[in-house]
Amino acid sequence: MRHIISLLMENEAGALSRVAGLFSARAYNIESLTVAPTEDSTLSRMTIVTVGSEEVIEQITKQLNKLVDVIKVMDLTEGRHIERELMLVKVKATGTGREEMKRTADIFRGRIIDVTDATYTIELTGTGSKLDAFLEAIDPAFIIETVRTGASGIGRGERSLKA
Amino acid sequence: MEATGAEIVVRCLAEEGVEFVFGYPGGAVLNIYDEIFKQNKFKHVLVRHEQAAVHAADAYARATGRVGVALVTSGPGVTNAVTGIATAYMDSIPIVVVTGQVPTAAIGLDAFQEVDTVGITRPCVKHNFLVKDVKDLAVTMKKAFIIAATGRPGPVVVDVPKDVTAHLTEFEYPAAVEMRSYNPVIKGHSGQLKRAVQMLLEAKRPMIYTGGGVVLGDASAQLAELTRLLGFPVTNTLMGLGGYPATDRQNLGMPGMHGTYEANMAMQHCDVLLAIGARFDDRVIGNPAHFAREQRRIIHIDIDPSSISKRVRVDVPIVGDVQNVLADMLALLKQAKEKPEAAALNAWWTQIELWRSKNCLNYNRNSPIIKPQYVVEKLWDVTRGDAYITSDVGQHQMWAAQYYKFDQPRRWINSGGLGTMGVGLPYAMGVQLAHPEAQVACITGESSIQMNIQELSTCKQYRIPVKVVMLNNRYMGMVRQWQEFFYGSRYAESYMESLPDFVKLAESYGHIGMRIDKPEDVEAALREAFSPALKERMVFMDFQTDQTENVFPMVEGGKGLSEMILAEEL
Repeated sequence: MRHIISLLMENEAGALSRVAGLFSARAYNIESLTVAPTEDSTLSRMTIVTVGSEEVIEQITKQLNKLVDVIKVMDLTEGRHIERELMLVKVKATGTGREEMKRTADIFRGRIIDVTDATYTIELTGTGSKLDAFLEAIDPAFIIETVRTGASGIGRGERSLKA
Repeated sequence: MEATGAEIVVRCLAEEGVEFVFGYPGGAVLNIYDEIFKQNKFKHVLVRHEQAAVHAADAYARATGRVGVALVTSGPGVTNAVTGIATAYMDSIPIVVVTGQVPTAAIGLDAFQEVDTVGITRPCVKHNFLVKDVKDLAVTMKKAFIIAATGRPGPVVVDVPKDVTAHLTEFEYPAAVEMRSYNPVIKGHSGQLKRAVQMLLEAKRPMIYTGGGVVLGDASAQLAELTRLLGFPVTNTLMGLGGYPATDRQNLGMPGMHGTYEANMAMQHCDVLLAIGARFDDRVIGNPAHFAREQRRIIHIDIDPSSISKRVRVDVPIVGDVQNVLADMLALLKQAKEKPEAAALNAWWTQIELWRSKNCLNYNRNSPIIKPQYVVEKLWDVTRGDAYITSDVGQHQMWAAQYYKFDQPRRWINSGGLGTMGVGLPYAMGVQLAHPEAQVACITGESSIQMNIQELSTCKQYRIPVKVVMLNNRYMGMVRQWQEFFYGSRYAESYMESLPDFVKLAESYGHIGMRIDKPEDVEAALREAFSPALKERMVFMDFQTDQTENVFPMVEGGKGLSEMILAEEL
């Protein structure tokens, strides 16, 4: 099953390689991984999307907790949560396709953030499946380039991850 | 007071009460060596290869319970040390390895003797540090010792660039360091403890299975009290030997691939299994699916939550320090009004004695060729079971584990997890230096010993009087055994040709060499080697043993615990 694991760790050199190395050494899957400092610059927050059986996810959580630099680990998918991913898509926008592309972007609440006479760059946020749906809705021949951040997640309501 | 980085390293080691630093100098650590030259708080032991430095520090830690320390230079010094670090990591041994690094300005420029030490060692350390600012050095050293020794112990690497060892800063060694991200759990959960005790009292066919955690956690006394109070059978894994006295009736011997028939059968057929500081390793329980065929409830005590329910699902997990948890468990047991059901326990012991009567460790005692098992048994007699035994890896390691009955913890020093050939001699050095008055024997084979034979020179320099008991069968015995069983006796590259004359080799280093060819000479040779006259001397004994002897019982890889091959069946 797909799980979203959030963790807080010391914002130190090599912190990311410890997590990435753990996943490769123990043959765990990483679908996506995002990391950035928090409002407290001594802390990094990471969101890892992974797939595995309950046993594997339990081991992943335990092994992450075991890393000396890791402060807290939370499996967001165990409770109510919100997940968002950002995607930038550069598409061909010429002729009649130009207007159609704008309409599709509007339907998905995308924003056009860069324009040339031949291209649009569209910014979209949402769950991974919404971004997938957008890519399916447009003609693949129009896609020049896509870049996605991977999912970030946060617990709903009072549920939070604090050092 | 101001001090250079090099002085700080040396003074931190002194503050930690370090007795020995095992190391080898080189460009990046010359400032540190200069400070070592000027001090007399600890002794530096110059090995002949960095791998041996780490092994010796590791053995010092295993034999004393204190943190072992090694010091190596950058680049090849580090890569040579990696095998030692990985060996300590797999067996959870607390060591601190200080490594030199090229100057900070040269890092990443492919400088002479540069490697990414933090990157190379990351998968085989508990934690590592690169110290880029001399102001962080003392606190990093403190953290390294705390992390190595607490929780589930393990190796910590501190990588110090050469310019940092030259920089000046105010030095004060911190008494304590707070780490918000590092808080090992010590006390067991009280609710889980109660459930565990209830389960133990209800057991009809109980079994206690203990590993290295009991030895590392200094919990032998608590284990002995618990085991005797309950009257349950107990088995110690390869890493846990000595955790409970081997000569005691309640001890069924070692479990696993080369475990005893009675221990493996009891593991397989028990209804309640109390696992303490053990990790259901593939060499211990064999195929987990086969192990799961029998219904049993499992209680698992371990300091490391990730060791619990990793290979085998357990019913009552208890995270905590084993000594602490066992003490709490004992208190609960003593308050309990119920007792384990005597009739069921008696029936279980009757079954166990039936298994034990197979006498699975029997071997041909009338052989005209020296049997390796016989040498180990005689070594036990001659040393009255009171020696520190180090071993290398292979058949001799298994015979040492099976036939030298360890009654005390920290007496058996071997590479259980990584299975590193070549550890035996440097292990013996570390143990002997830690316990100068003790009898220390290295049980080895002619293949393993050659992987670190250069350390005979270190033994000469420091007059380290270890006794090498080499079981020489002119084969990589365990490889040969597998080739005989599983590869149609095609002995691919497992014959040891062109062996040196080990007697002359030992003598050339100023040691005493002996070659023993006949069974009737085994005991006399051992008695001489361990005689007061040779107490100060290193003795190298080359026992010419039976080339075709195999280790039994044996559970083949992928098979179940109760599917043993016994010697009598061949």
